[in-house]
Amino acid sequence: MASCSRTQVISLYRMLVKESKKFSSYNYRTYALRRVKDGFRENLHVDNPKTLDTLINEARENLALIKRQASYASFVSYSSFHWPSVFFSKDSC
Amino acid sequence: MNMMNRTLSRKLLRSMCGISNPRLSFAQSAVNTVQGQKELIKSRELEKDELRPLYMDFQATTPMDPRVLDAMLPFQVNYYGNPHSRTHAYGWESESAVEKARKQVADLIGADPREIVFTSGATESNNMSIKGVARFYKAKKNHIITTQTEHKCVLDSCRIMEAEGFDVTYLPVKNNGLIDLKQLEETIRPDTSLVSIMTVNNEIGVKQPIKEIGHLCRSKNVFFHTDAAQAVGKIPVNVNDWKVDLMSISGHKIYGPKGVGALYVKRRPRVRIEPLLNGGGQERGLRSGTVPTPLAVGFGAACEIAQQELEYDYKRVTVLANRLVQKIMSEIPDVVMNGDPDQRYPGCINLSFAYVEGESLLMALKDVALSSGSACTSASLEPSYVLRAIGADEDLAHSSIRFGIGRFTTEEEVDFTVEKCIQQVKRLREMSPLWEMVQEGIDIKSIKWTQH
Repeated sequence: MASCSRTQVISLYRMLVKESKKFSSYNYRTYALRRVKDGFRENLHVDNPKTLDTLINEARENLALIKRQASYASFVSYSSFHWPSVFFSKDSC
Repeated sequence: MNMMNRTLSRKLLRSMCGISNPRLSFAQSAVNTVQGQKELIKSRELEKDELRPLYMDFQATTPMDPRVLDAMLPFQVNYYGNPHSRTHAYGWESESAVEKARKQVADLIGADPREIVFTSGATESNNMSIKGVARFYKAKKNHIITTQTEHKCVLDSCRIMEAEGFDVTYLPVKNNGLIDLKQLEETIRPDTSLVSIMTVNNEIGVKQPIKEIGHLCRSKNVFFHTDAAQAVGKIPVNVNDWKVDLMSISGHKIYGPKGVGALYVKRRPRVRIEPLLNGGGQERGLRSGTVPTPLAVGFGAACEIAQQELEYDYKRVTVLANRLVQKIMSEIPDVVMNGDPDQRYPGCINLSFAYVEGESLLMALKDVALSSGSACTSASLEPSYVLRAIGADEDLAHSSIRFGIGRFTTEEEVDFTVEKCIQQVKRLREMSPLWEMVQEGIDIKSIKWTQH
């Protein structure tokens, strides 16, 4: 089946990594990159075409999710929240 | 040109503050708000560079997983019906989402979906179970057993029960934080209605022998409630294996939304509860009030994700925790880990640094978000009652810091925290006269301090 081809999987992996890099939060970005890498690595030797299909669909859904969430963070602005000026003192501890 | 810019900026500021200038026409004010928003977006990008502390306080709360937020958003925006409306599609779709979430929560703890009641958090679940069970069986049973290391909401509920005329025993814990099963067995009386012991402690991370306690309570026909807020989704939990009758779960401890939790209430054998919130009979009459669909959906998604990621997260957290503890203990002497070293959840590490004051160390580690006790007791300067209960010396109890490691912690964060911690502890110890005395060989305990 075309969806099980090696190049398809690799291109899916590349797209997931590319979209994961767009998270503006350090923790989400590093988690997404790490989880994608580990997820693909642990399913390296899966042969059963049915499982492969489910996994590939899951990866596609996660790709759409990451696209949505990474872009959501960039247009949420917190400029209406003002830190009290006591937090901006210049002296270091 | 300058004058025009000033008036324009003043008008932008006013439009941002929501005060409309009556002299501006509608079109003009629309243009101004668009320009204002462009300024807002620009200033947001600058803020990306601003530094925020590293988050190492996963026992206080956890950030929401992006997958949870993704599941919640449609219910915040489009599918806004009340799940208890029976007459139209908005209600039906909302109800099916809530029931799906209920199943996800039930699957995580090995329960039946009908046994899950959505609440506003673990505090409400704890209140419901303690007050509800005690009051329902008041006629025949008058005794409640709990431990000294429970969460504040459990201890406070028990205090209220004492005021209502119940008998409450606060079991002491051993030095490693675990309870003594023999002592528990001896404390159970024929008129004991409830035993409440938390699964994983939020301050020292010890894991109680819940399976043994559950079997003991079942054999003596006593209801067993456990506050599993810190355990669910982090260690494997099965309410049937453990013979647990009531279990409190919190949403925001497992990367879900804040403001939602659940209470597991066993149906066979049935546990009866007198409800705290009366009203329209929602949630089987145990907790009236509209179930918040987006929060419940987020909570369900968080539970499903936790179930899938449990092994992966546990392995990772163990590796990071060992790394943190090994590095700190090998570099600086006189560091004590509070709580049993084996029977614990690795992601909650409570270390006491001798001869260093905990609060001053926290302030010195200002680039890392840590806490020295639980969030609900951090407002007072008293050392934590949990550390006092495990028998830690007063001075060690004052110098304890709790490190929390979670799903999103990276190796670099752990390394940075360790480095800063070692550096600051060394610096604070240099300033400490007690440390000087110890270096000279004086035994601190033998000194008779006088007041003057």
